[in-house]
Amino acid sequence: MSKIRYERPVIKKLETGMPNKFGTRTEYVPMTHIDGVSVKSLIKEYGTPLFVISEKTIRNTIKKAKKAFDTRYPKVQFAWSYKTNYLNAVCSIFHQEGSWAEVVSGFEYDKAISLGVDGKKIIFNGPEKSEEDLTKAIMNDSLIHIDHLDELYTITELAEKLKLRPRVAIRVNMDTGVYPMWDRFGFNYENGQAWDAINKIMHSGKMELVGLHCHIGTFMLSPFAYGVAASKLAELALSVEQKFKHEIKYIDLGGGFASKNTLKGSYLPGTDTNPTFDDFAEAISTALLNSNFKQDKLPLLILETGRALIDEAGYLLGSVISNKRSSTGRRNTILDIGVNILFTSFWYDHKITPAQSFTQYSEDTCVYGPLCMNIDVIRESTSLPLLNRGDHVVIHSVGAYNMTQWMQFISLRPHVVLIDTDEKPHVIRLRETLDNMNSMELIPSHLGIRKSQIVNRKS
Amino acid sequence: MKLRKNVAVSEAGLLFNPVTGESFTVNPIGVEILNLIRDENNPEQISNAILDKYSTDMATFEKDYYDFIGILYHHNLLETNEETKA
Repeated sequence: MSKIRYERPVIKKLETGMPNKFGTRTEYVPMTHIDGVSVKSLIKEYGTPLFVISEKTIRNTIKKAKKAFDTRYPKVQFAWSYKTNYLNAVCSIFHQEGSWAEVVSGFEYDKAISLGVDGKKIIFNGPEKSEEDLTKAIMNDSLIHIDHLDELYTITELAEKLKLRPRVAIRVNMDTGVYPMWDRFGFNYENGQAWDAINKIMHSGKMELVGLHCHIGTFMLSPFAYGVAASKLAELALSVEQKFKHEIKYIDLGGGFASKNTLKGSYLPGTDTNPTFDDFAEAISTALLNSNFKQDKLPLLILETGRALIDEAGYLLGSVISNKRSSTGRRNTILDIGVNILFTSFWYDHKITPAQSFTQYSEDTCVYGPLCMNIDVIRESTSLPLLNRGDHVVIHSVGAYNMTQWMQFISLRPHVVLIDTDEKPHVIRLRETLDNMNSMELIPSHLGIRKSQIVNRKS
Repeated sequence: MKLRKNVAVSEAGLLFNPVTGESFTVNPIGVEILNLIRDENNPEQISNAILDKYSTDMATFEKDYYDFIGILYHHNLLETNEETKA
């Protein structure tokens, strides 16, 4: 006689008098497949933890974003924000979909070039660009977004030295009515710094001022702020035209669109409350169309959104290591997924779904990672079915920042698998090995340990 | 170890403690264990009964069993040793 599937005994006190209308439901429905590929088979093949990226979701999301803007504004260009996820396969999908590259370091710049991106289609942002980086960008005719005056003067010198006319924009920071106001990057609009920088560029005659750029914040929940930013950049562009008879070719509103993740402390889930691409597109295009640009002189609108384009395409598969009880009686579950590979768990209440079916019983659970660190908490409190040791879970919307900000801490970073549009999985980044890590280290000869000694110690 | 006399457990898994007025839900395996406790089975007998019926191993069940018992004590649903002796 076959035995009944085991579930641990659980007793839950019924709370009355404290209804929570904002409470989210327990994730009973298991996620057994991602894009038609069974989670079980992925785990069998590649183990856990495992990052899984859906190519189909990436392509659908960028198409949705493009449609939102293309239907409202005549000239739109997306540039893929490398820092959000610069796995070569991911960048290549965005480039296939027509995105330029938006990079913020020499490393990212070289990565874009190595992927075959035309230098003219690379936007070089960020406060740290070495002379070597800038020289490369000038020679490749890339779009250099100037962050500070020191960089402006360096570019002026390089332009003279190289006898080339770099194409530049300035990054502008401004008050858009949201808190916190990001004013550490670029030149301020309200106090006149931005206008000063523009005048310096125009009077130097060494560079071609082709654009104006801003990036007003991150995980922005207010489309209205983008409308304010677009109006202010439009005003600057029109002032340049009026004073210098010079046309600003593009306005780059950066990124920062919120994804559908839920920020910690939110009452309602991000899927219900966060603005859509249409909301952002409506605010931005309305502001630009309502400005005083002549119809045939509308600047190109560049968008560098990253998070909102990739978050939902990423999943992280994990296994339950153990269930424990805290001193206060709270259920603790330990997963093999730590904050070192799920950096975004510091910001979000990530949705966690079981990968196999369960009964309707659940427990309020604190989900920990496997690191020997007190900060290793994936969810402080979530209602989960009665997971057993060895059961699997799927963590949702992990595509942004985790695969660039992850840390190799006490364990090795896992495989990343891409499921293509024909529902075929491909490893796009191999799990690290001890040899990978050791290959970057050198032991001075006086500390060297001979291999034979290692063998002897083992035996 | 005894379940308090006045604690009522329904087949569907609703547990009511009339002394405190508190209500609880219990999953089916939890109800089985509560009934086995009520019938004065010792932990070994309870373990054998569960292992015969469910696909689990002794180590897993024992861990979960003592955790469950701990929570029953926490909610004051089991008599303490002193009460049982008295």
